[in-house]
Amino acid sequence: MPLLQVEDLSTYFSTDAGVARAVDGVSFSIEPGETLGIVGESGCGKTVTSLSIMGLIANPPGRIIAGSSIRFRGRELVDLPEKDMRRIRGNRIAMIFQEPMTSLNPVFTIGNQIREALTLHRGIGRSEARRVGIELLREVGIPEPEQRFAEYPHQLSGGMRQRVMIAVALSCEPELLIADEPTTALDVTIQAQILELLADLRGRRGMAVLLITHDLGVVAEVCDRVLVMYAGQIVESGTVDEIFHRARHPYTEGLLESLPKLAAGGRRLHPIEGTVPNPVGWPTGCRFSSRCPYSWDRCEAYVPPLLATEDTNHLSRCWLEDEPERRRTSAGAGSEW
Amino acid sequence: MLALWGALLWIGIARWERVLAAPSGAWDHRVAFATWILAIITLCGGSILQERRIHESRTMKGVGQWSLAWMAFRKSHVAVGAAITVMVFYLAALLTPFLAPFDPAVQGSLITERMLAPSLTHPLGTDQFSRDVLSRVLYGARISLTIGFVAVSISMTIGTVLGAVSGFAGGRLDSLIMRFVDMVISFPRLVLLIAIIAFFEPSIFLIVAVIGLTQWPQPTRLVRGEVLSLREREFIQAGKALGLSKTRLVLRHLIPNTMAPVIVAATLGIGDTIVLEAGLSFLGLGVQPPTASWGTMVADGRDNLLGAWWISTFPGLAIVLVVLSFNLAGDGLRDALDPRLRS
Repeated sequence: MPLLQVEDLSTYFSTDAGVARAVDGVSFSIEPGETLGIVGESGCGKTVTSLSIMGLIANPPGRIIAGSSIRFRGRELVDLPEKDMRRIRGNRIAMIFQEPMTSLNPVFTIGNQIREALTLHRGIGRSEARRVGIELLREVGIPEPEQRFAEYPHQLSGGMRQRVMIAVALSCEPELLIADEPTTALDVTIQAQILELLADLRGRRGMAVLLITHDLGVVAEVCDRVLVMYAGQIVESGTVDEIFHRARHPYTEGLLESLPKLAAGGRRLHPIEGTVPNPVGWPTGCRFSSRCPYSWDRCEAYVPPLLATEDTNHLSRCWLEDEPERRRTSAGAGSEW
Repeated sequence: MLALWGALLWIGIARWERVLAAPSGAWDHRVAFATWILAIITLCGGSILQERRIHESRTMKGVGQWSLAWMAFRKSHVAVGAAITVMVFYLAALLTPFLAPFDPAVQGSLITERMLAPSLTHPLGTDQFSRDVLSRVLYGARISLTIGFVAVSISMTIGTVLGAVSGFAGGRLDSLIMRFVDMVISFPRLVLLIAIIAFFEPSIFLIVAVIGLTQWPQPTRLVRGEVLSLREREFIQAGKALGLSKTRLVLRHLIPNTMAPVIVAATLGIGDTIVLEAGLSFLGLGVQPPTASWGTMVADGRDNLLGAWWISTFPGLAIVLVVLSFNLAGDGLRDALDPRLRS
């Protein structure tokens, strides 16, 4: 049984301009101990997906549409009462955020904040919580944890704070860790350290990780499987290998094209033209059609389903799977891959 | 520091019979006794701690927001001076039963001791009922400072809780609370005070209650504004993701973060309240004679301002000094607590 099974998740927001369909019919599952990456540009619904799983969508303006299902170890989380949901949050599903600079409460010490989670979910005493807390800080690679325990967030660097956030998230031994852009605000060397730490912890604790990022390099480094999201939908899903070496969807191709590669020498980067359309009015038909180099009349009229490709479990939401000959005839940037 | 030691020792020596009688005396004497003991203990403890800090200055400890603010505050000499003045006033108010040379309500001989100019027996002179002005100023300090402190505590507590709830909950509850705030603010405060006091018997309790219960809208707005920006910060989101309850988020994570502006507002508010109370007492709506209050004393002396200037002048000076100190200390606190103003 998968650890987390998301089926047909739709999260809409009511705005002044109309209903924004931020996440629109997303389905995926995570096995225990697996690392799943979700990639996509800003505004494609990655964060809303993760917040929906945590039950942190503010209502109003947001709401999870009827028919959506999020099952954690077989238990339905959509419509779970707030009180029960609180017992799952932080305890069995934990989350770390993008901005380590503001994710810790500035008026309390590091130790205070680690202890809070420990005493709340595990119900252990103060001195015991201190011991466990220091152990956690050591585990996430913070030097001199006894001393750091008494320090305030502003005394730590960004990388250290993200480690503290991870320690807080790990405090209750969650089965699933949702990491929402955990390295975006950090510089590259620190990024690598944090990713290494996440991979290391996953290996040691056997917890599943849902990694949300717009950085394909990060995905390639730590994930087992990848979902590519665009305009509130999954457009391609497969293993890291399949996505990086046999990308099927034009959007994924575009993402890869816009990535600098050492091996390719001084080749020009090809950014994807245009921006993500407005979630209040997604294009009819394929949502990527307005930016797609292959797009033809069928794309603008009909919504493509997730279609099977040559690889098992490698799916692509593109009519090209139906009419592969068009890939060759179009002047595609993808031919280089 | 030395002056404080001197004053405390002087109380012990010159007023020893009052100090000895205090523990079994009236409640204000007991409070004064407790303050005296506490002040001595604090002074001793402070010196010992200072000694020790010199020896252990290199022990590593977290430097919190408050220690940082304290370091910034210490740099402003004006603010530190003002804060010390405020503390001296409060200490004097608490120690009044030991300090005052005479009973503030007892009248001396109306023929020989009426409206005496300042002298050694009566350092600030006597008033038209032959009462000692210094004793009355000291007893008046108790009334004014207590009213200021208690009324502001009430309004800040109500304001912080309502503001935090309003800002965090949002939606209908928020509109309800804020419309109520608008309603209370739109009442002319002085007219409301006069109406309520005219309706009931004027008393210290009534004045504290009325001032406290009409002053909370400002801190409510202040805290709500702070909370509105704080709740979008990621640590609140992270707290939710940790499964913290709403009550816990508000009490433990939001309110402590709004304390800096609230403390500044409270310090400035005490000054305002003292002026307001003095104004009400001056008009005869506040504290009733023979209880000494700075406002009533200024009013009492105004008929004899040319002949016996000391009756009005000293309580007036006390008002100016205290309110000025509160305002200067408040400004200093704001500079120290606002990181944007920190250089």
